Amino acid sequence: MAIDAGALETGPSLRRARLRLSGLLWRRPSLKALGLLVPPLGAFLIVYVGALGVLFVSSFWTIDSFTATVKHTWSLDNYRLIFAQGEPYLRIATRTLAVAAVVTAVDALLAFPLAFFMARLASRRTRAILFVMVLLPLWASYLVRIYAWQTILAHDGVINWTLGKVGLPDLNLAYTNTAMVIVFCYVWLPFMVLPIYAALERIPESYLEASADLGARGLKTVRSVILPLALPGIVAGSIFTFSLTLGDYITPLLIGGTNSQFIGNTVYNFIVEANTPFAAAFAMIPMAIVGVYLLIARRLGAFEAL
Amino acid sequence: MRRIGKRSHVSVVVVVAVTAALAFVASGCGGGGGGGGGPSTTTAIGKGEGSLNVIEWPYYTDKSFAKPFEQKTGCIIHRKDAGTSNQMFALMHQNGGGGGGQYDLVSASGDASLRLIDAGDVQPIDINQIPSWKDFLPQFKSPAHNTVDGKHYGVSVQWGPNTLLYNTKQVNPAPTGWSEIYGSKYKGKLTVPNNPIQIADAALYLMQTKPSLGIKDPYELTKAQLNAATQLLVSQKSLLKRYWNYATDEITSFKNGDVWMGAGWPYQTLQLQADKQPIKEIVPLPTTGWADTWMLAAKAPHPNCAYKWMQYVTMPKVEAQQAIVFGETPVNPLACPYMDKIQKGSCAAYHLNEPASYYSKIKFWKTPIAKCGWNSSSDCMDYNAWQQAWTKITG
Repeated sequence: MAIDAGALETGPSLRRARLRLSGLLWRRPSLKALGLLVPPLGAFLIVYVGALGVLFVSSFWTIDSFTATVKHTWSLDNYRLIFAQGEPYLRIATRTLAVAAVVTAVDALLAFPLAFFMARLASRRTRAILFVMVLLPLWASYLVRIYAWQTILAHDGVINWTLGKVGLPDLNLAYTNTAMVIVFCYVWLPFMVLPIYAALERIPESYLEASADLGARGLKTVRSVILPLALPGIVAGSIFTFSLTLGDYITPLLIGGTNSQFIGNTVYNFIVEANTPFAAAFAMIPMAIVGVYLLIARRLGAFEAL
Repeated sequence: MRRIGKRSHVSVVVVVAVTAALAFVASGCGGGGGGGGGPSTTTAIGKGEGSLNVIEWPYYTDKSFAKPFEQKTGCIIHRKDAGTSNQMFALMHQNGGGGGGQYDLVSASGDASLRLIDAGDVQPIDINQIPSWKDFLPQFKSPAHNTVDGKHYGVSVQWGPNTLLYNTKQVNPAPTGWSEIYGSKYKGKLTVPNNPIQIADAALYLMQTKPSLGIKDPYELTKAQLNAATQLLVSQKSLLKRYWNYATDEITSFKNGDVWMGAGWPYQTLQLQADKQPIKEIVPLPTTGWADTWMLAAKAPHPNCAYKWMQYVTMPKVEAQQAIVFGETPVNPLACPYMDKIQKGSCAAYHLNEPASYYSKIKFWKTPIAKCGWNSSSDCMDYNAWQQAWTKITG
């Protein structure tokens, strides 16, 4: 009896609750938006931010060197070791940062004229061909391209072979930091070209005409009109080239020499030896650097150009 | 550590086949298990439990020789591959240690085995149950890295010396010893492995060149001795073209003419010679080397299958098969004719036909731990200190 009565009750009351809910959502659109956003945002928070949080927390743990197990006690030992005198970690971090900065500068210098030509001078057909050429390398595996560079730069490789044919002495490029910079510049170039192209394409033709009407010559127009307007694009591109270089460890491993260890290599070495807390602590360094860099980039308007 | 590069020569087919076999096992064969008891007191190995769970270097239970074992004993192998010695140790030590009641065997290298013994993760075995053991090279019957106080914590399986490779066209006259990679004659044309255990090579060299340091064992260094080895390696750094990470990297560097001489393993020499490169190797004695042991987990759920595997994998024919698949040397010299049958001249190429005095001059990898064996004090530098020193050198 009681069960039957209950069953009779639930039908209409369920409908009533549903109506009440839809009324509430209609009156408060913000609630509706929240309901729609929670699943993707939640996933993002758990997977992305959560993982970083775990990384951060574990960077304060230490490892028992004999048993290779993680000790869950809080300490600043890992960070102390990174910043200690006579330890190699600051040297490694500085080297990584310097290479990332050089690669970014070289890529910007290479990409700007190319992007300018594509955006403003090239015919539609040429532009399409150039786009394909810029993007095509991205279709081949990064690893394959690095191995290709290994054979190009090698002592008996393409470069030295060509130099020999024209009677010039060998270049000892293989396994040096110069080789590393060359390869980095090559692999990240498309990521610089595209944002600069987008920024340049957005400059209205009338601005350039106005500049000419006011008597500015070509160089002056580039300096006073085009460059300031393209700057957000350059900074946006630099976010890619800078952070991609900062986090890389394959190129130093395969192209670098004896003084090429990156933050990523050190992190990797400590992870394979099961010392994850120290690896986590050292991984915080590039994250902090990129964090600061992003703040600066935002001030320069890079996020509007992405 | 050293294993990663060696994968490349084992075909993808093997990987696919192993995966397929595992999938088959997962769907079909779940049984096994059951009371093992103390296998160290077993007088005869009982019936197999149907399953064998191993932590291994990739391809250490390669299908080419593991399949007949599975068919014969009914012990189906479940593999967990490890990339480094520390990873192996961590796997054995988790879930309460001793293999967590999940794993039966681990193919530990000398730089992990002592830690496993000291942590109680492996148990002594009855070595008389392994018929081939009596035929082993004497150095591998009761080596210090797997036998403590007369108790065997597993059975040796394969080993390899660290060798000095050189390009016969560029290096003239041929090198005679390890001093070549610490001298400036071939500056900028040298390479050594990117591995903390390389410190032992420097220590071994210092043992002969600087006896005043008092190094007794290249794996047991006091702080001052470790510093001396570190200094030697720092000065070596400017002579090097690069540190190699994977065996294939070293092969490429020799092939491209970037490197003329370097420390490596017989595997690289054989690969380069197979490619018609003018490469030869010498084994300057004394030298360092590595040796692997199949060790029995303290909580092995399938001890009978584990014993059956240890019996099987040390048989001459199987030893030969594994040696050729992986590029290493058997501990059982009776494997020699079988090796030559698979690959002509491979027994000599892998140094399995040397006189006894040869093997005693190879100092095999063992874990650097704080407790020094030679003066029973605890002021030796542990592996963690070695790793940090290595980062200081290469960073």
